Amino acid sequence: MNYIGTIAFAILLIAGIGFFVKNIKKIYRNIQLGKTINRKDHPAQRWKNMGMIALGQSKMVKRPIAGILHIIVYVGFIIINIEVLEIIIDGLFGTHRAFTFLGSFYHFLIASFEILAFLVLISVIVFWIRRMIVRIPRFWNKEMKGFPKNDALYILYFEMVLMSLFLIMNATDVPFQQNNAGNPISQFLVPFFENNFNAGTLFYIERTAWWLHIAGILVFLNYLYYSKHLHILLAFPNTYFASLNPKGQFNNLEAVTNEVKMMMDPNVDPFAAAPEGAEEEMPEKFGASDVMDLNRIQLLNAYTCTECGRCTSSCPANQTGKELSPRAIMMKTRDRLEEVGKNIDKNGTYKDDGKQLLNDYITPEEIWACTSCNACVEECPVNIDPLSIIIDMRRYLVMEQSAASQELNIMMTNIENNGAPWQYNQMDRLNWKDE
Amino acid sequence: MNVPTMAEMMAQGKQPEVLFWVGCAGSFDDRAKKITKAFVKLLNKANVEFAVLGTEESCTGDPAKRAGNEFLFQMQAMTNIEVLNAYEVKKIVTACPHCFNTLKNEYPELGGIYEVVHHTELLKSLLDEGRITIEGGKFKGKRITFHDPCYLGRANDVYEAPRDLIKKLDVELVEMKRCKTNGLCCGAGGAQMFKEPEKGTKDINVERTEDAIEVQPNIIATGCPFCNTMMIDGIKATDKEQEIEVLDIAELIANAEDL
Repeated sequence: MNYIGTIAFAILLIAGIGFFVKNIKKIYRNIQLGKTINRKDHPAQRWKNMGMIALGQSKMVKRPIAGILHIIVYVGFIIINIEVLEIIIDGLFGTHRAFTFLGSFYHFLIASFEILAFLVLISVIVFWIRRMIVRIPRFWNKEMKGFPKNDALYILYFEMVLMSLFLIMNATDVPFQQNNAGNPISQFLVPFFENNFNAGTLFYIERTAWWLHIAGILVFLNYLYYSKHLHILLAFPNTYFASLNPKGQFNNLEAVTNEVKMMMDPNVDPFAAAPEGAEEEMPEKFGASDVMDLNRIQLLNAYTCTECGRCTSSCPANQTGKELSPRAIMMKTRDRLEEVGKNIDKNGTYKDDGKQLLNDYITPEEIWACTSCNACVEECPVNIDPLSIIIDMRRYLVMEQSAASQELNIMMTNIENNGAPWQYNQMDRLNWKDE
Repeated sequence: MNVPTMAEMMAQGKQPEVLFWVGCAGSFDDRAKKITKAFVKLLNKANVEFAVLGTEESCTGDPAKRAGNEFLFQMQAMTNIEVLNAYEVKKIVTACPHCFNTLKNEYPELGGIYEVVHHTELLKSLLDEGRITIEGGKFKGKRITFHDPCYLGRANDVYEAPRDLIKKLDVELVEMKRCKTNGLCCGAGGAQMFKEPEKGTKDINVERTEDAIEVQPNIIATGCPFCNTMMIDGIKATDKEQEIEVLDIAELIANAEDL
């Protein structure tokens, strides 16, 4: 009997973790589809950012209610996972509460797990109320229909069930309750169970809760890959690799620099034959029209986004009814990346499917509504940068497709011809002095 | 008003303390020219040895870069850098946060390395060094709110210099509900200044002006010629022209003492 339990547990554990690792590898492969970018400079600053922003949740509390509730759930999640270690040992070796030998420290641990589990349960219920009853607008933007909306709810239900199972498991563990230590919350559930069930049934309830708890954790672990909830893992690399430059600084396009230098060099012979082998080289594409044109950090950003919508709720374009939503930019980037990933799974390598991130997912109307104000970048609790994707797509539209609006073309022509965005003569630049 | 050019300075064998980068708005826009002049008056009063490029100045390329035209941006940048480096410019001040951001952050990689400050930062240091004094004058006791330009605030973390200057005017500085890192854009950034907005329900500058109106100021202070235009348009759109004035910080200080 015991062997069957142990074997079943081992199979469950191996399958759960194995499947998860397989999907993580897929995410890693998909991110590698992006262009390389060096974000390994200033490691001390990067570790600090990761410590402060991901581990320390410093940007979360900018919105205090959501921030504090989130910290409770986050701390609960990490601390209660110590209990999972005990569950794994018990499951594999057929023991019961293997850490009991720790004595009073064990009871202290379990007591803190129980309190945290209770607080997490309350927080998650408040989250649900904020979403479904209070209907905070950022959870109801148009990109939050269908799966994104349900995804958020599934996660909340998962957490409610897992926390409840943990408390039920403790409440129905008769020897544990008889000890009457480490049960600050579950003791209040005991009368309900003792009044309604006999000892034999209680045993089975405890076992069922125990199994469902660990099975639930493994299912949840595997749900991450399909969900916005990946942020619990990816927030760490994402904050580590985030840009350290001032937010106003847009990256320099090296390929353009080379061409401009050549154009400005009086010694370059415009009729010179291309050097040997140069024809084979594909000229570099300017800007981005698909996920492969973005860099790896931008793709990591897409997987990290948990769709909280703080970016969108602070976006001036979105607030004034424009199509642009920075969150939707990230969600669409991930959707397209997933599509490309599935294409590769099926065909071995990417086979052109006639689709692109630009137009098929993100429209030029969204791209052109951005004021580049950096509110979205500032708001993101895990340092995602939707603005950089927007600018890369503008670059593609302008430099590869000449698809800027008439007004912008006039502005650019003016800069080209007379060094100002308006049609004034450069020779009149100092006239203000005498006016 | 004394406005020497770099060429004149060089002919005299002099190197100015700082180059004043006027910018396109500051050179050509009628409203922004007043800001330029106010700032020059303050520089003159503080006896700062400065110079402008005059007709040798050209657009930094900011709107081109934000619009996605990296080619045009880099052509502008490299041409400007050649001029600036030929004059051996070390320090630049500008009253436009867009020029400020571009010169400070995006020129170094193309070979233009300078110390770049916003005019509010320079004025603050002149104040700290005792080279200028700021008195309330005619603004004493007024309610003033400061609109953070995105390219000064969030983009470059300059929040305090403009506020420190305003406080010196003996006025009541009131903050909008969205300010500093949470400040709402005026709607002009990212080359939006030069195009009609996309279809929506409201103009961004009106949304922002309403933030300002909420705190009932006598004056909306700005530190950017584009924000200035947008806020003035917003004030017009909301029929508050009689009650609220929009002024750059340089204008506030210069006008306070009737320079």
